[in-house]
Amino acid sequence: MDTELSSDQTFFRQTTAKFLDDHLPTSAVRELRHSPDGFDRSYWKRGAELGWTSLLASEQAGGGSISGSGLIDLTLVAHEFGRHAAAGPLLAANVVAAALSRREQDVGRHGAVLSGILSGDVVATWAWAGRRPDDKLGRVGVRATPTAAGDGWTLTGTALPVEAGAQADQVLVTTAGPDGGLSQFLVPTSASGLSRRPLKTLDMTRRYAALDFADVRVGPESLVGAAGDAADDVERQLQLAVMISCAETVGAMESAFEMTLAWAFDRYSFGRPLASYQALKHRFAYMKSWLEASHGIAAQAAQAVQFEREEAPRLVSVAKSYIGDHSVELMQDCVQLHGGIGVTYELDLHLFLRRASQNRMLYGVPDEHRERIAEILISGEAA
Amino acid sequence: MTSTGVEDVESFRLRLRAWLAENMPKARHRGELIGSSIDSGLPEEEEMMGDRARQRLLYDGGFAGVCFPVEYGGMGLTPEHQRVFCEELDGYDYPALLQLPTFVPCAAVLLEFGTHEQKLEHLPRILSGEEVWMQLLSEPSGGSDAAGAQTTAFRDGDEWVINGSKIWTSGAWMADWGLALVRTNPDVGKHAGLTVFMVPLKAPGIELHRIEMLNGVDDFCQEFFTDVRIPDSYRIGEINAGWTVGTRWMYHERTIGGGSPYLTRPAKGNAAEHKRRVVEPAVAVARAAGRLSDPLARQLIGEAHTLSTVGEALGERLGALMRNGAMSEHGAGLGRLFNGNARVRATTIGYELAGSAAAAWEDEDEEVGRNGTEFLVRQAACIGGGTTEISANVVSERLLGMPREQTLDRNVAFRDIPKGPPAGSR
Repeated sequence: MDTELSSDQTFFRQTTAKFLDDHLPTSAVRELRHSPDGFDRSYWKRGAELGWTSLLASEQAGGGSISGSGLIDLTLVAHEFGRHAAAGPLLAANVVAAALSRREQDVGRHGAVLSGILSGDVVATWAWAGRRPDDKLGRVGVRATPTAAGDGWTLTGTALPVEAGAQADQVLVTTAGPDGGLSQFLVPTSASGLSRRPLKTLDMTRRYAALDFADVRVGPESLVGAAGDAADDVERQLQLAVMISCAETVGAMESAFEMTLAWAFDRYSFGRPLASYQALKHRFAYMKSWLEASHGIAAQAAQAVQFEREEAPRLVSVAKSYIGDHSVELMQDCVQLHGGIGVTYELDLHLFLRRASQNRMLYGVPDEHRERIAEILISGEAA
Repeated sequence: MTSTGVEDVESFRLRLRAWLAENMPKARHRGELIGSSIDSGLPEEEEMMGDRARQRLLYDGGFAGVCFPVEYGGMGLTPEHQRVFCEELDGYDYPALLQLPTFVPCAAVLLEFGTHEQKLEHLPRILSGEEVWMQLLSEPSGGSDAAGAQTTAFRDGDEWVINGSKIWTSGAWMADWGLALVRTNPDVGKHAGLTVFMVPLKAPGIELHRIEMLNGVDDFCQEFFTDVRIPDSYRIGEINAGWTVGTRWMYHERTIGGGSPYLTRPAKGNAAEHKRRVVEPAVAVARAAGRLSDPLARQLIGEAHTLSTVGEALGERLGALMRNGAMSEHGAGLGRLFNGNARVRATTIGYELAGSAAAAWEDEDEEVGRNGTEFLVRQAACIGGGTTEISANVVSERLLGMPREQTLDRNVAFRDIPKGPPAGSR
């Protein structure tokens, strides 16, 4: 739990915090608003040097963690990303790095891409969900059909939204075969038949794209994991994605709460600070309880995922179900407590509102995670 | 043992683990509160006797009162040891009914403010299950404004004479002692004229009434004191310094949701728990109501489970933050806010899942139907143990540093404070 960090972890977290303070103050985040990429490569490479992309990769693959628990270390970075509404494909890079370094065979096959991700030279992302109704948890947007000659697969369909989809060099694409079995492939985004369309998004710096696969040919050398048998890998990727995104959202909640708390002391109405009104004080008390509760469940679920415990899927869904809902409610309360300026571009609050509102809707909305919880509980009791 | 003489936490864990496996009965499905809706089916008197025996078992085994000093029958260990104890206790039965209010807040207050003699007399008896305590705090005139107590105690030689009434003690007929906050000087401000006493509940002059609640449970009691005489040696703290005690007393009460080092209850989330099945009450209600495959019901199950799981995670986080000094003790109010509202929502979910059977049900549908009666007492979760409104005040003022509420009862003698509308105003 991040209430009990080692001195190495604390130093690691502070290093990222300081880097973001120096290189990405909110004024710099604002400047990236109209940047098509939302981040620049030299910034990303420097982040990679700080360890942003190597925490989930094994040491044999060139990665390594601070504490021996890579995901816990990564949630510290993600938390700072949320606190700063920082730019860069943190979730995408780490999910792909984790997927590629899960098996020795994949490390051998995709070693060059993997070391590029770890050094920050290669931007990689994960394409998974499709256009609705294939945006539902558990569905995929791209089909893989074995070629007649049996020497590979043809990928067709659209994956969206794909984080940094238009910026990525490589994409890990999750596909469904004719029998429904899942296979994953690592495909260069320059592949013939693959085209990319930037999407409109909420966030200041985080970009998403639709990836259209029009008969993209892939061979066995592109496979990640076993053909037709990737369901467990995909579940693992989902858990990692939700944990990174939850940690980031909690960081964003913290920033929004702190700036609104400061505002309550500084803003006077009728000769009194807002902080002196009981109706408002109580709202702050509740927001603080949501914030600490979110932090608590994010940390507990991350532990379960880190150690691949049996209850990991359940706790991941509990975390997303709670944080998804309470993050945006906290943000909107912060807006309300600011009054008119809360809905303006001028105030930094929206940087965090945007990040949280986006994270809530990706990798399963809270309703879907509640369904998943019920399914786990009911099938567990029946077992 | 380390050089400081305190047993190393991990060796404590192993020693305890072996002892529990050898001696402690396995967990049963039961609640921690008297009159709890999740009860075991046994009569409460029997449960209480069983809990006294289980406490005795811990005491005889040398495992009672982890954070209580050795000289008072405890183990003299740290909150970290207590945390480990709670983890290891998972899967075992335990003295559930003694945790609240005997250990917290009563024994905690006694430990903090009692004289050496008082502690020597009572703490070993509490730790051995011999004494069950109640808190005599709330009064019929108001629960949240505890400092507004109107029950009086006046000095008569070496004795005090108590008159008045206290309320909301659960299971008082099974208890031995009460901790009472009473008014000893009405001529000074309300916080300045209070004193805390230990009161034997079987003393002459105490009359006990049971109160029927909306769900038919009648465990809450009201006590009437008529010229009850107790010796001055039963006084806790200085005369008229009761509010100093009372403030800490209420603090301990707020640590019930997580963070108290004096509670010995199984913690969730340890290794043993992971191997066990998760029990979610909402699933049982949905099953009994035949709605397990209804997507709406599944949403509600997911929500109920989210709230209970997050509540536990919050309790652990707050406990850790308070232990390592990263958060002040007032952080306990966050747990109280969260849990009160989470339980209110869980009760609503049970009621919702029950459907029309929550309004009218056959005898055989009791498991579903009782969600209707539980709904009637839903708000108890946000009232008992201090209302969530008071907790929101504590969190905003003490934890977040916001300005205190204005009060009109400061710097006024208690007897002159308005206690109702002026005569003839309505």
